[in-house]
Amino acid sequence: MIPRPPSGDADQEILGIDGISVTLSGRQILDDIRFSIQAGELTGLIGSNGAGKTTLFRVILALQTATTGRVLVAGKPRTRRSRLVGYVPQKILLDPDVPMRARDVVALGLDGHRLGMPLRSAARRRLVDEMLDAVGARGFADARVGHLSGGEQQRVLIAHALVSRPKLLLLDEPLANLDLRSEQEVVELLARIASEQRIAVLISAHDMNPLLPVMDRIVYLADGRAVSGTVDEVARSEVLTDLYRHPVDVLRIHDRILVVGGPRATASSSAEQLADSEVRIL
Amino acid sequence: MSGIRHWVFEPGLFDSDAVRTAVLVGGAVAVVSGMVGVLTVIRGQSFAGHALADVGATGGSGAFLIGLNPLWGFIGIAVVAAGIMETVGARRPRGRDVATGIVLGAGLGLAALFLYWDTTWSNTTGASITVLFGSMFVISGSTVPIVLAFAVFVLAVVVLLYRMLLLSSLHPDLAAARGVPVRLAGIGYLAALAVTVSLSAMTIGAVLSTALLIGPAATALRLTKRPGAAMALSSAIAVAATWLGILLAYDSYYWPPLNRGWPVSFFVVVLVFAGYLFTHLPGTGPRRARQTPAPATASPVGLINTRTGA
Repeated sequence: MIPRPPSGDADQEILGIDGISVTLSGRQILDDIRFSIQAGELTGLIGSNGAGKTTLFRVILALQTATTGRVLVAGKPRTRRSRLVGYVPQKILLDPDVPMRARDVVALGLDGHRLGMPLRSAARRRLVDEMLDAVGARGFADARVGHLSGGEQQRVLIAHALVSRPKLLLLDEPLANLDLRSEQEVVELLARIASEQRIAVLISAHDMNPLLPVMDRIVYLADGRAVSGTVDEVARSEVLTDLYRHPVDVLRIHDRILVVGGPRATASSSAEQLADSEVRIL
Repeated sequence: MSGIRHWVFEPGLFDSDAVRTAVLVGGAVAVVSGMVGVLTVIRGQSFAGHALADVGATGGSGAFLIGLNPLWGFIGIAVVAAGIMETVGARRPRGRDVATGIVLGAGLGLAALFLYWDTTWSNTTGASITVLFGSMFVISGSTVPIVLAFAVFVLAVVVLLYRMLLLSSLHPDLAAARGVPVRLAGIGYLAALAVTVSLSAMTIGAVLSTALLIGPAATALRLTKRPGAAMALSSAIAVAATWLGILLAYDSYYWPPLNRGWPVSFFVVVLVFAGYLFTHLPGTGPRRARQTPAPATASPVGLINTRTGA
């Protein structure tokens, strides 16, 4: 666990999700989601495919309007123009032909929204170099991004998202398609960023286990509904049984947490989804 | 020595008004075509570029029919078609591909009719060749300032939207999260693309404009990994191919056995293609070698702390 910093701004609420519901073409994707994230905290948004993780991210990014509810970023309603939120989308694989070096991608995080050609400046270059250092991407700063491995591109995109000094960093399934070693490296990197830069980090994942050593809080999403709290508060059989509306056992084996479907399998949609996540966790 | 110079630059080359106009207009069109081409290739919209040029041919041939400057026909129809493509295909990329193909087919059908009327009724036998394969040597003096003005417009759009377009071609959501008006920037780009292919339809022809749009860009992308350099290089290649094409076309009037000029568009396209093939020779093309990545754990995040703490 990352030690919580003693400073007073530790309890500053960076993200407030206040009763968000989303209905898309008659189907309820998110149902009254509520949670909040403080500065310096690393939060895992855990749920199987189709649980609504990406939709929730799109709402936070103001790319999707919520049917009801509101999103507060640093106490203010989120607008698309706000640069308080950094974002790393789900499994981007950049085209090998894209004529950009890793440092060009990071620089676009600084001023990609501006009109005109970028001017070369020492200050701009220093900011980019610092960020490349911070994510351990300095070694391939001048390589074509499209030729980097998935894990390397991930680092470059994290630097891109961080270089404008956001208060909140969103990462959609950053651990998908990574080998075990890169997975651990990315997790450690993100934990360090959260504590050292004092920003709130929200990571979506279908498996909570890689995040367990670093996660301050967990938001567990199933069927468009969510429970949130510390891992110990949420990862309990009765809590998740309530959430899934289906018997669920939470098992702890060594340092791992397994969520398995209970004995009475029904044909309900949540049971199917549970079976889905169960396979992945095991 | 002067014999060789005369052999390369046939007599009268620099005194010909037609050549001067071709060098000026062809050069300007090549510059913008090269720049916009880089964006077109990295956005994966080569097909849209080709379709806009072909649909523009409908406008060009229609304008011929009613005695209007074909440039207005090209630009008018291409911009309208770009608007339709954007409206139809904004949500579904595959839908856009199909819509583009269908509009393209309908446009070419109309062009066939207009070109038939051009040649039978108004007795402008050169219309088909001019519209489809270009007319760099027969551009009227009054067209020159219009072409240059539109070239400046395209240049301005590309320079203004440069960073937004690069970012949204990496990933639209990445750009949107940064506050880029992705849709608006895309519309600006499509307008620039429509004008660009219309301009090159005037010089090397509607059918061949794709060659000048895509060829130099694809070549440049193999040679450099910087976006600005790719655009500059692509423009330089396009201009070189165009000017060299003009030179060869002029010289070809003196070539046996016919002693009649070859089409300039042919030379331009062949030169562009040759340039592209050249980058596929062994030893050229993008270098894949790179340094080994630094271990993540060794990164001095402390640097950042000093900044944020300040």
